[in-house]
Amino acid sequence: MEKIIEAKDVWFHYQNEDFEEENAPIKQVLKGISLDIKRGEFVAVLGHNGSGKSTIAKHFNAILTADKGKILVDGIDASDDEKLFDIRQRVGMVFQNPDNQIVATIVEEDVAFALENLGVDPLEMRERVDNALKDVGMYKYREHAPHQLSGGQKQRVAIAGIIAMCPDCIVLDEPTAMLDPIGRKEVMKTIKKLNREHGVTIILITHYMDEAAKADRIVVMDSGKTILDGTPKEVFKNVELLKSVGLDVPQVTELAFGLRNNGIDIPDDIITEEECIEEIIKIIEKAGK
Amino acid sequence: MAIIKTEDLTYVYSAGTPFEKKAIDSLNIEIEEGELVGIIGHTGSGKSTFIQHLNGLLKPTSGKIYIDGTDIWQDKQTTLETRFKVGLVFQYPEYQIFEETVYKDIAFGPKNMGLSDEEIDKRVRETAKLVEISDEQLEKSPFELSGGQKRRVAIAGVMAMRPKVLILDEPCAGLDPKGRDRILDRIREYHKEYNSTVLLVSHSMEDVAKIATKILVMNNSSIVCYDEPPKVFGMADEIAKMGLDIPQITKVFNALKEKGYHIADDVYTVPYALKKLLSYLDEKGVKLDA
Repeated sequence: MEKIIEAKDVWFHYQNEDFEEENAPIKQVLKGISLDIKRGEFVAVLGHNGSGKSTIAKHFNAILTADKGKILVDGIDASDDEKLFDIRQRVGMVFQNPDNQIVATIVEEDVAFALENLGVDPLEMRERVDNALKDVGMYKYREHAPHQLSGGQKQRVAIAGIIAMCPDCIVLDEPTAMLDPIGRKEVMKTIKKLNREHGVTIILITHYMDEAAKADRIVVMDSGKTILDGTPKEVFKNVELLKSVGLDVPQVTELAFGLRNNGIDIPDDIITEEECIEEIIKIIEKAGK
Repeated sequence: MAIIKTEDLTYVYSAGTPFEKKAIDSLNIEIEEGELVGIIGHTGSGKSTFIQHLNGLLKPTSGKIYIDGTDIWQDKQTTLETRFKVGLVFQYPEYQIFEETVYKDIAFGPKNMGLSDEEIDKRVRETAKLVEISDEQLEKSPFELSGGQKRRVAIAGVMAMRPKVLILDEPCAGLDPKGRDRILDRIREYHKEYNSTVLLVSHSMEDVAKIATKILVMNNSSIVCYDEPPKVFGMADEIAKMGLDIPQITKVFNALKEKGYHIADDVYTVPYALKKLLSYLDEKGVKLDA
């Protein structure tokens, strides 16, 4: 499959803004990240606070540029200032706090904001805004004021603003961290739909293991490096490693891990409730015979 | 005696306008001293409105609130005293930090209480230690700290006032799993150390399950139940219908029960689930490693 993002040995550190500590040691945030994201993939990125996961994400649409190494977005070098527009049109970002991303006073105007900046023809703009709002299930709220919406709804409006630009890839940096369970479900459903039905590449940074379990692939970061990369089943097998870097695994995976430690024969790649229930019943029934 | 007691507590937002909404409707609850109560309910269930009544930030439209047996609205002085008796930590409290140093920020509340410098110093240091902020960090600007550290400083600022009742609104929101556990751990430690009553508002049953002695469930402006965690988790289906998350492990054990494998009713943490499941398997004759 074609690669939409290629990161090759990316290094990055933030500038020290404190004059008094001019000689303070430089803290490397990214230490040689190499990562390929294929077109149409749904990738979750896990890592505790400070692991560098948001920093690498900001490289994917050239908000940050690497000190060393290379990022290619759809084959375009992200360090090329002249290509900034092309890159940002291909990769859109959604952030954690819905209130910080909405600029207009009417939902549909907010979704149209980026298109106005891009100089899209008004007729086409109308169509793209309507379609984007329909895609996230917010069309009937198009004339509402954003402050009348719930957190989950606001986040979906923010996502609509991105998809109106028709990006190839959307990077979402903890989009559900400030939402309640209902809002989280709405946003996750929207993300999955965009991925499955419209083929949009999704990079989802999250702290929620259940959200990551729904992705095609999980990348785990720690101290500026990727330490695991694979399908959810492959990644969550590493219960002890994940716990050692401050992360969790789904509760069912942890339960299976505990059972295995007690000598019970149960697969080590259980990540859903259904699998867990089925395997436990198998064990009970086998013993009954 | 109940430390918190409400009688038909009702609050109506924007009364007399087209936006009129009854946020809480005739709440009657008694919370005993020393409990660690988890309050759960989805957005709009009335939980935030409820807790804002407990230290007099909101005045009830009708009904009464008693803290430590006293009607908090009986006179101005009592209302004022209630603000020190009941400490409220808002969501994302780190945004409210404003002092130059961590020390000053934690000292702000105790100072307002008119305590002696000696007592303030003692409280700041004790509380900082409790939330795992080092002496060195006390002299730093709060803005040099990480998000998780800032949150602990902000919580310490309220803890240092040693309120009889400490209320925290979503103290774990936006933190990673390690950060969440750390905050919950510190809250549990504070509860143990000062034997105060603690109320913890959350969307997450899992977080609440880890530390609460009682759980209060709110839905549609009313209290659905107030009971011990095992009893509340027994109502998992009802709770899921209210739009709340229930722990994955609870769902698994409930499904097993429905299929005729009754292992336990009160499972909501993995270690407990494992213990119950192992002894069940043992009874069924499954060979286990010692």
